[in-house]
Amino acid sequence: MDLKELLDPKKLLSYVRGTQVYKSAFRHGMPENVRNRALVVLSNVFLHLHPSRVRTSGIRLKYTWCMGGLSFFIFLVEVITGLLLMFYYRPTVEYAYVDIIDLGEQVPLGIMRELHRWGAHAMVITVWLHMLRVFMTGSYKPPREFNWVIGVLLLVLTLLLSFTGYLLPWDQLAIWAITVGSNMARATPFLGHEGPGASLLALGGVNLVHSGSDVRFALLGGRFVGAGALLRFYVLHCVAIPFVATILMSIHFWRIRKDGGISGPM
Amino acid sequence: MIDFLKTFINTIAAPEWFVSLAIVVFFVALFWEKLWTPKPALYVLGAAVAFFTVSLLDPNFRSIVTKADNVPIVAMLFLVGFFIWLSMSQAYENDRRIGRGEKPMEASEPVSKVLVWPDLVYTEFICLILFTVLLIVWSIFLKAPLEQPANPGDSPNPSKAPWYFLGLQEMLVYYDPWLAGVVFPSLIVVGLMAIPFIDKNKKGSGYYTFRERKVEITIFLFGFVILWILLIATGTFLRGPNWNFFGPYEFWDVGKLPPLVNINLSEYFWVKWLNTGLPKGWLLREAPGFIVVLLYLLTLPPLLARTLLRKYYEKLGPERYAVMVILLLSMGALPVKMYLRWLFNLKYIIAIPEYFFNI
Ligand code: HEM
Repeated sequence: MDLKELLDPKKLLSYVRGTQVYKSAFRHGMPENVRNRALVVLSNVFLHLHPSRVRTSGIRLKYTWCMGGLSFFIFLVEVITGLLLMFYYRPTVEYAYVDIIDLGEQVPLGIMRELHRWGAHAMVITVWLHMLRVFMTGSYKPPREFNWVIGVLLLVLTLLLSFTGYLLPWDQLAIWAITVGSNMARATPFLGHEGPGASLLALGGVNLVHSGSDVRFALLGGRFVGAGALLRFYVLHCVAIPFVATILMSIHFWRIRKDGGISGPM
Repeated sequence: MIDFLKTFINTIAAPEWFVSLAIVVFFVALFWEKLWTPKPALYVLGAAVAFFTVSLLDPNFRSIVTKADNVPIVAMLFLVGFFIWLSMSQAYENDRRIGRGEKPMEASEPVSKVLVWPDLVYTEFICLILFTVLLIVWSIFLKAPLEQPANPGDSPNPSKAPWYFLGLQEMLVYYDPWLAGVVFPSLIVVGLMAIPFIDKNKKGSGYYTFRERKVEITIFLFGFVILWILLIATGTFLRGPNWNFFGPYEFWDVGKLPPLVNINLSEYFWVKWLNTGLPKGWLLREAPGFIVVLLYLLTLPPLLARTLLRKYYEKLGPERYAVMVILLLSMGALPVKMYLRWLFNLKYIIAIPEYFFNI
């Protein structure tokens, strides 16, 4: 082909589509007919989360509000912005706060922290609204009971993700919010040192559950919100909870398809 | 005039009025079909926006509402309102269709199935783009908060949990941490998970409807709107230093003292009614409280099974019914205690501080 043809976008595109490189990646023609449109979805690992055909009522915006999809998208946004934040942030009492200041002042395009924080707030809201939609359409009814249960676990994990992240800026807002939140654990029946029944767990007059051995201590890695808590929350926030959430989301999406796609009237 | 209005709103924003009003509005609104059409919704929205905009002129209101972390909560209140309207309006629309003997909208699509590409993928794509734009604009204009460096020796007053847990922190006013912070949250999670297994109503699966699921929807929305969202709003906007109540236009004065003295049931019983002193041992002292709690948890379920919930008992069988009724009673425990507090200044029904066991 000569240079003049290369400058014509239409011809250029059709040339690119004919190359062996392009064909090795995309195994179907333009999505202009039913066969190719189905193939787009079937042969792409990401789009393959979807079936190739869906119930019309199920994809109406006024039916699903796209809230589940948005929750997932925000999760991805949080993963990406979170990874970028991890390049700069060190989870120690010494550095955490200054690193957060630097993130806003020294780093180019310094809104990464904002994107991450407001994204987290938004995700809590979209997950609640998603649950509301699922409830209001009765979509938890058989055969989708199990997926509702997975959803509730995802909701809990979303809140825990947000909660553990709240501590990381290591400012007054952070440590006192986590102090208030984790003080509750002190009162866990039997397992917290100020919980009902804890004093019954004693061996020969020695209390087994005290402020240095109860669930709150396990959560904070100390008797108060300090260096141990910061490290624990960091690991939970960046590794452990996202890991579990990813697994549960995979199950959630898999089950949506196995349960017959997005719900609709029988 | 303005001052009078502000005082009025400050007064009815107090939890006892606010929650009672909200409960009344909730039930009236839910069953008022006309409300769930576009026009009344626009009026309500207009009124809310107007209230909000005018209130922003007040410095105290402005300082709480525009706190960076509180902005999303304001947005959430509007979003929750909108989406409840969106679902209820479709539910009533479908109910009218069903009443006429037609199928719900969801079952009346001209083509029952479409291709994911392009129909679904494009919708998703547009949603994502719009959300991304919103998030970027939001992030440019609203800076993430950062206060003074952490100082374990200096606790701010009030110290608040993250906003999505403020409903639980608000519950601390009425119940001790072992209930408000541990038992009730666990029951919320377990209760949510149990929904598909105790709701045996086969109707209303996969489409919006109200008439076929009146009870289920009422209970769920009551929990979501009144016991969760409303309490979060109270905890965020109306609780100041020492977790005292402050009206939306009130200055957060650290010195404000709550006038009430709360009394335990044991004191009511032994001291006020029997005119004897409190018994020494906790078992006898708290006997009246134990009886009340046991009556609530053990006598009500069989009683309800014979009366109000008879239909459900027959449909669900004893096991499912037991789970359902215990969950419902736990849910009801919060409003019950709220009203006991507001009407009788009741502090604890059972109080055994020796064992951290207070109800
Ligand atoms: C991180 C949180 C979550 C993500 C990313 C997520 C994602 C999704 C997506 C993408 C869908 C497809 C339909 C839609 O968009 O509405 C869906 C459906 C569903 N979700 Fe979730 N979800 C989450 C949390 C929840 C929660 C909290 C619940 C309930 C308590 C739940 C229960 C369900 C059920 C039952 C379905 C099937 C609904 C149907 O077939 O109509 N999910 N979810």
